[in-house]
Amino acid sequence: MASVPLSYPDPGRRRLKVGAARYWWFIGPSVVVILSIVLFPWIFTIWMSVQEWSPGGPPSYVGMRNYSELMTSDRFLGSAGRTLYFTALAVIIPLFTGTFSALVFHREFPLRGLLRGIFILPMMATPVAIALVWTMMFHPQLGVLNYVLGLFGLPTSLWVYSADTVIPSLVLVEVWHWTPLVALIVLGGLAALPVEPYEAAKLDGATRWQTFRYITLPLLLPFLVVAAIIRTIDALKTFDTIYVITQGGPGVASETINIHLYLQAFAFHNIGYASALVVVFFAIIVALALVLLYLRQKAKWS
Amino acid sequence: MSRTLTLRRFADRAELTAAVVLVVAPAIVVFAWMLSLAFKNDLENSAYPPVFIPSHITFDNFAATLQRGTFFRYLTNSLIVSGMSTLIGLLLGVPAGYGIARARANRLAAFVLISRITPGLSYLIPLFILFRYLDLIGTLVPMILIHIVITLPIVIWVMMGFFETLPRDLEEAATIDGATWWQAFRYIALPLARPGIVVATILSFIFSWNNFVFGIVLTGRETRTLPVAVYNSMSFEQISWGPLAASALLVTLPVLILTILLQKEIVHGLTTGGLKGG
Repeated sequence: MASVPLSYPDPGRRRLKVGAARYWWFIGPSVVVILSIVLFPWIFTIWMSVQEWSPGGPPSYVGMRNYSELMTSDRFLGSAGRTLYFTALAVIIPLFTGTFSALVFHREFPLRGLLRGIFILPMMATPVAIALVWTMMFHPQLGVLNYVLGLFGLPTSLWVYSADTVIPSLVLVEVWHWTPLVALIVLGGLAALPVEPYEAAKLDGATRWQTFRYITLPLLLPFLVVAAIIRTIDALKTFDTIYVITQGGPGVASETINIHLYLQAFAFHNIGYASALVVVFFAIIVALALVLLYLRQKAKWS
Repeated sequence: MSRTLTLRRFADRAELTAAVVLVVAPAIVVFAWMLSLAFKNDLENSAYPPVFIPSHITFDNFAATLQRGTFFRYLTNSLIVSGMSTLIGLLLGVPAGYGIARARANRLAAFVLISRITPGLSYLIPLFILFRYLDLIGTLVPMILIHIVITLPIVIWVMMGFFETLPRDLEEAATIDGATWWQAFRYIALPLARPGIVVATILSFIFSWNNFVFGIVLTGRETRTLPVAVYNSMSFEQISWGPLAASALLVTLPVLILTILLQKEIVHGLTTGGLKGG
């Protein structure tokens, strides 16, 4: 201890700076790897997006033609509309089901740990395996879903086999898949809630709904916004389940941007056009994420 | 008074039980149906009204999957890809998580999330061209490399959250005693971080194991991972649900068992990062 100098030249600041530099040796390799995996593809993609390039021939510069083609393509605009429709439903519904689930798991009951383990199985399971089971369940003649509807005297559905019902059906899979993720985020919020407002509410004789509506919900709002942001990003990117269950069909009825992108790049080999699509798609994701972040800031201030 | 109280408590209990059932049932029903399909013979699988509990349990569906011979090759591929990419993710990500936590480099932490936002497909076009140019298509190398996109951010985020909870006093005391910062990390922080490393390993392995989109583009007949192989078997035998359900179950069963056994650690890891793979 004797070797510790009694006074530092510029205590806090200098130490922090030297400290931060020291940690670059720990962080550096990861930064290099992430940059090369993320940055190289980005530069290459932007370059390709102004080329016309199909396999076999050399790329040729076409300026913004891929982008203008994109903006006037009915197939792309249709896929963008479907993506927004799918995303809106696949964000809003899990927020409700996830919050409800979190409120349930926030209470004490026997076997809670085991049941929570079962509850999160959908989000951990292999999406392809899940999608296969749902495909079988959706089958209009032999599927179990229509059988169950029939038991309750409800009209049966064509599910993913009709253009009108395919997106809501895929949303059903998505809700089943990701409700646990929203629930885990909200549970984190519930664990951090202060106790005092609840004691006060109890003294004032508030009902359970009033307590939830006027205390829990406002305090949870920042967590709900985080869940909404994560859910929005994931819903926009949904690929596995849609691709396995419908491959964008029937026709193009469930062809979202991501599926459209895959088909353009790896089925039709329109590398230039697909690259422009990547750029636009990423811009949409960032824009939506920023809107939600802005809402989060507002939620914090009010 | 006491009677209304017990009555109310009973009602409360019943309500809670109903809510728990409502919340857990969707997961149980779908996985139970998966089990049912995998253990029924073809006759019962195509029966209407559907047969829920097999009249006798058959292992034929599993035998059909395993006998094809290719299953073990694809299993090996999956193990190599997820194992190697998780290992690389740990080697790079554990020190990085430590560094970010200790330097409080929040902006860097946000930077790591870029790979979380970017759609997997957008890496694929340029990397596919690059790998083809380097003549690596047809080997497992492209898959291992691209899976680092999944594993590295998970490891960094989980470890960052974990190291933030470890006091730094011990490391500082060690450096005063003459240890280098690397030794302080290696011999003090790292052994304490073992539980965090376990969680990071499990999560990154699972999300790499589950990945599908990289595999359909970057693998061929010899290099398929299990999810791709299961998807491919679908196109040919659309009507025989039994073998399909059996192979789907085989792919996801290790994940399901791990999740149930380690639910506490997994939930903890997921909430520190608020993330998922791919």
